Amino acid sequence: MNMNRRETLKSLLLAPLAAGAAATAGCASGARVSWTELPREYSYGRTEAEQQRDRELFAESWFSEHELVTIAVLCDIILPSDHANGGALDAGLPDFVEFIVKDRENLKLPVRGGIAWLDSYAVNEFGADFVNIDEPQRLAICDRIAWTDVEDPVLRPGIRFFSLMRDLTLTGYYTTEQGLLDLGYQGNVANVWDGVPAEVLARHGLQYEPEWLDKCVDQSRRDIIATWDDEMNLTS
Amino acid sequence: MSSSEQYDAIVVGSGAGGGMATWRLAQAGLRVALVEAGPWYDPADDSQRTQFRYPWESPRRGASTRLRPFGDFNACIGGWELDGEPFTTAPDTDFMWWRARMLGGRTNHWGRISLRFGPLDFKRSDVDGLGDNWPIGYEDVKPYYDQVDKLIGVFGTNEGLPNDPDGYFLPPPKPRLHELYYIRGARKAGVPVYPSRLSILTKRINNDRGICVYCRQCSRACALHADFSSSMVLIYPAVATGRVDVFTNTMVRKVDTGADGRATGVSCIDRGNRRELRINGRSVVLAASACGSARILLNSISARHSSGLGNSSGHVGRYLHDSTGASRAAFLPELMDRDIYNEDGVGGMHVYTPWWLEGANLDFARGYHLEIGGGMGMPSYGFGFAANQYNEFLGQRVGGYGNGLRDDVRRFYGSRLSIACRGESVPQYGNYCELDPSVVDEWGIPVLRFNYRWTDQEINQARHMQDTMEELLEASGGILLGSKPGPERQYGLTQPGEIIHEVGTTRMGDDPATSVTNRYGQLHDADNVFVADAGTFVSQADKNPTWTILSLAWRTSDYIIEQMRQRNL
Ligand SMILES: Cc1cc2nc3c(=O)[nH]c(=O)nc-3n(C[C@H](O)[C@H](O)[C@H](O)COP(=O)(O)OP(=O)(O)OC[C@H]3O[C@@H](n4cnc5c(N)ncnc54)[C@H](O)[C@@H]3O)c2cc1C
Ligand code: SF4
Repeated sequence: MNMNRRETLKSLLLAPLAAGAAATAGCASGARVSWTELPREYSYGRTEAEQQRDRELFAESWFSEHELVTIAVLCDIILPSDHANGGALDAGLPDFVEFIVKDRENLKLPVRGGIAWLDSYAVNEFGADFVNIDEPQRLAICDRIAWTDVEDPVLRPGIRFFSLMRDLTLTGYYTTEQGLLDLGYQGNVANVWDGVPAEVLARHGLQYEPEWLDKCVDQSRRDIIATWDDEMNLTS
Repeated sequence: MSSSEQYDAIVVGSGAGGGMATWRLAQAGLRVALVEAGPWYDPADDSQRTQFRYPWESPRRGASTRLRPFGDFNACIGGWELDGEPFTTAPDTDFMWWRARMLGGRTNHWGRISLRFGPLDFKRSDVDGLGDNWPIGYEDVKPYYDQVDKLIGVFGTNEGLPNDPDGYFLPPPKPRLHELYYIRGARKAGVPVYPSRLSILTKRINNDRGICVYCRQCSRACALHADFSSSMVLIYPAVATGRVDVFTNTMVRKVDTGADGRATGVSCIDRGNRRELRINGRSVVLAASACGSARILLNSISARHSSGLGNSSGHVGRYLHDSTGASRAAFLPELMDRDIYNEDGVGGMHVYTPWWLEGANLDFARGYHLEIGGGMGMPSYGFGFAANQYNEFLGQRVGGYGNGLRDDVRRFYGSRLSIACRGESVPQYGNYCELDPSVVDEWGIPVLRFNYRWTDQEINQARHMQDTMEELLEASGGILLGSKPGPERQYGLTQPGEIIHEVGTTRMGDDPATSVTNRYGQLHDADNVFVADAGTFVSQADKNPTWTILSLAWRTSDYIIEQMRQRNL
């Protein structure tokens, strides 16, 4: 699966506060938030019961459009797309967050309540929902709730919520192809492990103990069928 | 419905014990019915394969679910809960019971740590005066360990340790970077460390199975059949003899017995169509897991066996015990900003520390070993959580947003070192499973109720584990994470059952008044019924149990073959 922005995009209006208007195309500012749509069909060794559960999860709608837009905007702030390896929206984060929150019951309330807290805070501070204030105002709020060492009882729920959204965004991103690329992950491929590369050992000032190394597998002989003598010594 | 055939042996359960019994009996020419409650399973079948999948192949990115508690890509069909098959616990008990429902049982996703018990492990009562000795000793089991090593394959090294015997090992893989830090730390602390012992093929052992290609995913089951699971290593070859009929999705209710008290077959239910099925046989080998087999025996009530089959002593279910466990982790600043390369290695640790204080003067009786974890694993759900929490140790702020987080994620990737301890508990008559008088599963089979509490012995051991882990993690250059659990949390001691090494429910012994089977796993009360799982263990060493289950199941099977040859069965 190759997810990048050229593929199907999902997009929602950054609707004005006039509630419920989100679906009314072309209204108000007309600003949209769009993201790569994630697949809804998966096949990876599931049992019948698991397939059934996933079908139900995909069919369930839990978030309102307003909530989804807010999630999208937050994910985008946390991991923006102005980067060679793409950002949260390129990696379909809103779809992922929607799915995982439905899947993990204990996330439902914190995310819903967190969004409501954020809106209430934004209304108090700047006169509109989080997605309907302007960008500098949004970032001003994020600056207040993004750091865990801030000890302000008023901000505490916001800090918790922002941490949760940061966790979900990063986990959702680093489990996509772009994320693995960004990380530089090299594994999950067939290979023959033959120890830590020499230059890495050198950099860490470490060495294999020679006696230990003597006991380890000689990878050039791995395909030769094992035989032993009666003293338990490998002879092949 | 009743099977038309009279099988030589009916094997119940297809995990470590059942797979071995099926393979050995079929190989010796017996006609075998293998009855397994779960479906057929082969990780090489693409519709069941979870190995070599990227995180995005799962909509939840590998997160755990109730149906896959160890993650969405884990091979186990089953877990801590099974729909329609509850168990209960007594009010003062927090027992956890992991059950698999699939061909191969829990060996499809187990950790592959394959340790022989040592000579002392069979005679612990002689050492510390607690509990009971096994009726057999290491010398009785050694030939079987030897055969199991050669048949199945296990890597490790011969170190000549007194209570961690040598074996017919394949050569181990080289340690990974975090393991080198651990080795250095252990050397500094004066604690021994050796290559681990895992049933993974680092070298070819025959032309039927593949060789490990180091994907670190043994818990997903190996499509190359390069690690041990009962299904791919024992059951497929057994089926290939043409002498085995496998009844999958078939749940055994009870062992049926005749007027003479001997078994005549098993009563089952077909989980697909909910029809009753009777399978007839000359002998029955129970290997439904220690508690699963105890449950079947307790449910096999007849006029002759009024408290359940094999239970004239009242010992079925008694002496249930699990390994102890505790764990701790540290952040290794020297592993920050790592070079990133493929260091997956095998699906488990490359190094470990066996118990090293035998005979020392301690306030608990028995030992534990250390399992080492860490490295640059494949991201899955949870990766990136608290991404820069270690900033706290570097005098930097935790949190934030924006592209800078990418640097944090990379900086701390693979910088964690963890230790898990696995120890020996002292078996107690008062820790047991029994039938719950008022609860049945969806098949109408009475379920188990657990009664289990740790004693001071295990709690003191956990305290020692915590001290050890702190010392070793710090000696390895680590900054300890989390807080050290104290007495209020029993020093982080895991719940009974949580380590998934539950054993002892049908223990072997020479005295029918205090044991369920004889030294061959044969019921004292019915000579054609055998137990081939960890139920027969008199005591579970600090070694993980499966290599011993396999060896004893082979031994029991040889005994059955011999008894049939002599026409005693
Ligand atoms: C995550 C994990 C990691 C582990 N790691 C290790 C390790 O590293 N080293 C180690 O030694 N051990 C390890 N173990 C433990 C190991 O898996 C077990 O010791 C071993 O599988 C037990 O084998 P068994 O034959 O007794 O039962 P199981 O493997 O549990 O198989 C029992 C089978 O019987 C079937 N069954 C149960 N009841 C019935 C019934 N009434 N009718 C029909 N069929 C029935 C079940 O469906 C199941 O397939 C681990 C376990 C887990 C879960
Ligand atoms: S680590 Fe090796 S044995 Fe384990 S699943 Fe991967 S290839 Fe198979």
